[in-house]
Amino acid sequence: MAKNTHDVIVIGAGHNGLTAASYMAKAGLDVVVLEKNEWIGGAAVSRELYPGWKYSNCSYVCSLLRPEIMRDLELYKYGLQIIPYEGSVTMMRNGDYYAHYHDHDMTINSIRRHSHKDAEAYERYSRDVLRQCKIIKPLLKMTPPDLTSFKPKDLFGALEFAKHFAAKDELGGLGEKEIYDTIRFYTMSIRDYLDEYFESDITKAHLAGSAIIGTALGPCSPGSAYVLLHHYMGEVDGSVGAWGYSRGGMGSITKAMTGCLNAHGGEVKPDNEVVNVITKNGRAIGVATKKGDEYYAKKIVSNLDVKRTFLKITEESSLPGEFVERVKNFKIRGSSGKLNIALDGLPEFPCIPEGDPGGGGDMHFTETIEEMEGAYDDWKRGEWSRNPYVDMCIPSKSDPTMAAPGKHYMSVFIQYVPFNLANGGWNEERKQEFGRHIVNCIAEFSPNFRDLINHYEVRTPLELDNEVGLTEGNIFQGELTMDQLMFNRPVPGYAQYRTPLKNMYMCSSSTHPGGGVMGAPGANAAREVLIDMNIAQTGNYY
Amino acid sequence: MNRDLRFTALKKTPFHSRTSLASRTNKYYNWNGFTVPTEYSTTELEYTAARNGTSVMDLTPMCKYMINGSDANRFVDYLVTRDLSQMEDNTVAYIIWCNEDGKVMDDGTIFKFSNTKFMLCCAVKIYNWLHDSAEGFDVSCEDATDTTAALAIQGPTSCSTLKNYGADDLELLKPFGMKQYNINGYDVLISRTGFTGDLGYELWTDPANAENMWDSIMEAGKELKIRPFGMHALEMTRIEAGFIQTNTDFMAAEDSLRPVRMRSPYEIGMGWLVHLNKESYFVGKRALKKEKETGNSERCLVGLDIDGDKPAVGSVIYNEKKEDIGIVTAAMWSPTMKRNVALASLKRPYGIKIKENIFAEIYHPEELEYKKIWAKCKVVKRQFFSPERRNKVPADLYE
Repeated sequence: MAKNTHDVIVIGAGHNGLTAASYMAKAGLDVVVLEKNEWIGGAAVSRELYPGWKYSNCSYVCSLLRPEIMRDLELYKYGLQIIPYEGSVTMMRNGDYYAHYHDHDMTINSIRRHSHKDAEAYERYSRDVLRQCKIIKPLLKMTPPDLTSFKPKDLFGALEFAKHFAAKDELGGLGEKEIYDTIRFYTMSIRDYLDEYFESDITKAHLAGSAIIGTALGPCSPGSAYVLLHHYMGEVDGSVGAWGYSRGGMGSITKAMTGCLNAHGGEVKPDNEVVNVITKNGRAIGVATKKGDEYYAKKIVSNLDVKRTFLKITEESSLPGEFVERVKNFKIRGSSGKLNIALDGLPEFPCIPEGDPGGGGDMHFTETIEEMEGAYDDWKRGEWSRNPYVDMCIPSKSDPTMAAPGKHYMSVFIQYVPFNLANGGWNEERKQEFGRHIVNCIAEFSPNFRDLINHYEVRTPLELDNEVGLTEGNIFQGELTMDQLMFNRPVPGYAQYRTPLKNMYMCSSSTHPGGGVMGAPGANAAREVLIDMNIAQTGNYY
Repeated sequence: MNRDLRFTALKKTPFHSRTSLASRTNKYYNWNGFTVPTEYSTTELEYTAARNGTSVMDLTPMCKYMINGSDANRFVDYLVTRDLSQMEDNTVAYIIWCNEDGKVMDDGTIFKFSNTKFMLCCAVKIYNWLHDSAEGFDVSCEDATDTTAALAIQGPTSCSTLKNYGADDLELLKPFGMKQYNINGYDVLISRTGFTGDLGYELWTDPANAENMWDSIMEAGKELKIRPFGMHALEMTRIEAGFIQTNTDFMAAEDSLRPVRMRSPYEIGMGWLVHLNKESYFVGKRALKKEKETGNSERCLVGLDIDGDKPAVGSVIYNEKKEDIGIVTAAMWSPTMKRNVALASLKRPYGIKIKENIFAEIYHPEELEYKKIWAKCKVVKRQFFSPERRNKVPADLYE
């Protein structure tokens, strides 16, 4: 049995674990990252499951990853390049389509085809959503203050948080009305929100997509408007709300982070599953792996979601009962599936005119919010949506490294898919049935699609749970609802990346500011570890 | 009433029928008397093509001169500061040239076919200067700007694109190498050169072949993320690569109204191109030797890494005492590096001996008001971005 000692152990080599590890290694600490899979990356991976095709197996597009993190960790040196989307479309059963483009005025012209009023309302809508993004952006990098504490750090923190909502100068005159708007935005359903701006079904359906991706809420559920904001607050080079591909797939992000970590003396050890956190007198002192090795460190940082961290690898007896109860009650419901498809050529979508850049990004075929809600109704009954909302894209249209020239990789994200499938749960046969169902849905819009398929990988919430380690397959490692955001994430009293166990920290998307390939939880957690170790933090992020 | 206009406005390049068709935005500018697109669709996407796929740019307006004659070798060596006596045939070299006062006139590339045949490419017109300088040499200098069509084909997939076009074994061509091809029945010179700091090539041919060349390359790159690329995107890539631009980063000596604006090679980071130990005399040698010996260079051109994400366009640079120590000549947010970078001309010792505690005053426009940002800068290598693929032999192929 090997015994290893380091300054810091990070459990899980996902993007947040690697971000935290890289920042800590840059600060001079000896960091080791233990990963259960044979590959690195968590849900930001690129794997070649069919020869010649690279898949972004889980997450598939990039916008939220904080540019300051890319800058501090010099990810470009290790091969990271973001490719902006050219546009997005929703295909319609009558043969028409609705498109958004990289260029704002082209988008306005496009919306106008469907509704003159909506085209102009879109300007107002963009402004309002952008304003919310401006408020939330500085909060992402902050450790949420504990509102019940009287420590100076928390009092100042609360003030700092409040400032971003109320300070007139900072935000160019956010008045009483806008504060009300913010509160409404955080609590409304996306349907109600969009109804205040738009009249046409297709405009609303296209925009509402971002509010349901990854969540177990429907478009009529209160709180779904915030999910839209969560997907909108990212950016590609100052273009807020824009999305892009990571060249070489999402694995390039974690590969680059690993490059940075290695350059600063850190190490990732794949195929080393942590099964137990070793504690002594209320302190975390090390971890034990499935292989039987023990690793000891001054600090342990878990990139696993809060349920896995405290209900699977930490002994319940070492934790306060109330904390364990709250962790058990943490909402983390799987609602999404995915197909990764190796295509022999470019599928035709007759709805989209040839050469239209709208087809370069995400494509959908849900025409009304009611359809979306119907898809959600199926999920509530424990079934996959008969008429699902899909977010599909063909990264190889923009990225020359995913497949050989002329060949294509298609990523299809599916909403909604239950973790607990009714009538006996998931098995291989039902998984394949689900895959065929999605292929059929897409084939309705693409006559040659089915013939081009060489291979596809079906991902249900069960695989995301078993393989990636996302409890119930929830892509955000916990619902993005107000009761579990900011000071409440993951549980009240523990929103500052620390845990009831001394020397043990959390850096996963279960913590503030939540999911998406953002890196902010990792960078924030690293900051707290460094503060506790009295080590100076440097970089653009802090 | 469309009468024949004797007066000619801007010239059209031999690619104009194609570039104007490719332009979705109809944004053009005047480059050396030619009409060329600043942007075809969106600058960001065009920029990305150069770092991700293949970007295509009409380079025809570049000044191009053919230098022929038995003294051609000796003449170019006399003209430029770099020692070209050992330059091999079928290679290209990056060069600068100065006036007799040792002040830089321009930078460019020299293509050597043989000891008696060269091509010079540059930004500023020097036909007159070439003729005046050629006094006493057995050379002829011919302006080939209008008679040579040129395309830049740059980006990670550019080699594959050009192989599809018909450039066999192109992957073996070394950086700064060049090779004559016959493709689709016409002669094309391909050099592994460019202004993007990435893998890339430049193609030179007779204007009669231009349209076929454009169409064939666009077809060849169809599956390789090819995209026409305008001046704005080029500006972004060249800053990332740390390449300087005459009359942007420094004033060309012959264009400077104010003599104090003239710069020596040492003042614009081009000292490495001055070979004082070159046996023969070259224009400006005496003055440059003196400057080197006395060390009285006043300026330097450096790379800056600037805090925050607001580009320091036109910013004045200060020391910690708020004394003016220089100016930003080019600035951008780099989409690839996610860094706020700039090229700046600083008064020595800033930039050479003093590299810390330097600040840029940035005026960031925010809805009709300016936000004044006092941003900390670090002096860094001017070549901000230089990926491994740039100089790899054989070049990367996408198959």
